[in-house]
Amino acid sequence: MAEASSSSEFPKKVIYCGICSLPPEYCEFGGTVKKCEEWLQQNHPSMHEKLYSQEAIEQNLSTLSLEAQKRAEKDAQKKAAKAASAEAKAQEQRATSKVLIKRIERNKRKYVTAVQGLEAFGLDIKKVAKDFGKKFATGSSVTKVPGGGEEITVQGDLSDDIYDFVVENYKDVPEDNIEMVEDKKKKAAG
Amino acid sequence: MFKKDIIPGAKSKVKSSAQRAIRAKVLDQYPLLEPYIEDIMPKKEQLDLVKLPDRVSLYALGSTPLFFQHMDDPLLPHLTLIHRYPTLFHRLRVDRGAIRFVLSGATLMVPGLTSPGGRLPSDTPDKGGQVSEEGRYGTEELEPGTVVVIEAEGKENACFVGTLKMGTAEMKKVKKGQACEGGHYLGDGLWSLNLG
Ligand SMILES: [Zn+2]
Repeated sequence: MAEASSSSEFPKKVIYCGICSLPPEYCEFGGTVKKCEEWLQQNHPSMHEKLYSQEAIEQNLSTLSLEAQKRAEKDAQKKAAKAASAEAKAQEQRATSKVLIKRIERNKRKYVTAVQGLEAFGLDIKKVAKDFGKKFATGSSVTKVPGGGEEITVQGDLSDDIYDFVVENYKDVPEDNIEMVEDKKKKAAG
Repeated sequence: MFKKDIIPGAKSKVKSSAQRAIRAKVLDQYPLLEPYIEDIMPKKEQLDLVKLPDRVSLYALGSTPLFFQHMDDPLLPHLTLIHRYPTLFHRLRVDRGAIRFVLSGATLMVPGLTSPGGRLPSDTPDKGGQVSEEGRYGTEELEPGTVVVIEAEGKENACFVGTLKMGTAEMKKVKKGQACEGGHYLGDGLWSLNLG
């Protein structure tokens, strides 16, 4: 640790992979190498050329014993399979998940709108709650749901507006997966 | 240390007196950072403290993690900080075969450092028939408890940071056993933590 003489050499700029987040030279150890390579080729072609050249690949292999190579290869395959199944699962979850927009009567003609299920589409519901609040200039907060999970509660009857806003702004949520429901307050007996 | 995904706890502002103390501690532990400390931890900017599981504290500037600490143990630099200031820490190198173990959170073992592809202080540049940068890994043997950054054979950027469990002189003698206590590696929960 002796070579810190010139003080202009830092901070060093480091590129991180847009797919797996590691420095691209480490992508080979993750389960998403194929996608990582495509990303690098598109975004940093010269680095891609360096890291994925035939020469580089051969050099990488030559430092490992044959047995270690085999083990590493098996390991890589396992990882790739795991990543693929995780991706498939996430996709399936997306396809079957529902977003519920619920109109709830609080008092006579006073409503709140509850929105559930956005997190299944990779959205940060705290942020979405903030977006709702800003867009509709109303109270909007994240509240716990009895039985686990969280929902966004927006003051006012905004079901239709929220529906449109979600479809418009959060492209990861397919319109078909949004459901509108009404939660009428049960008439108090007597 | 961070094998699982982390759900960050409460974030709080570090008082300016505490901020000064942390800065002093950083410089005490990593004197070579001195010329850059104002870039890393500007005096006028607010440092945040984020509580992580298992009594780990993380110090961050906005969304940039800087140092973390288990209880009152030494402050450890986050790998993104190491990547920006790579040569200002004690460094060792593992051979290529050890990389995938390190990245899966396994304990770093001595043979990964003593093998031909590994590097310890004072290793001759032509060890294993490969050319290494002269002096890159120093000449001073490191004691147990030293914070070390672990680089990897054939890679430019470091992949691990942790505390030495065994001194480097002893490693050369025994050539086996655990090298580092749990630390922070590329792709672990601390790496993936989003401070948004
Ligand atoms: Zn990658």
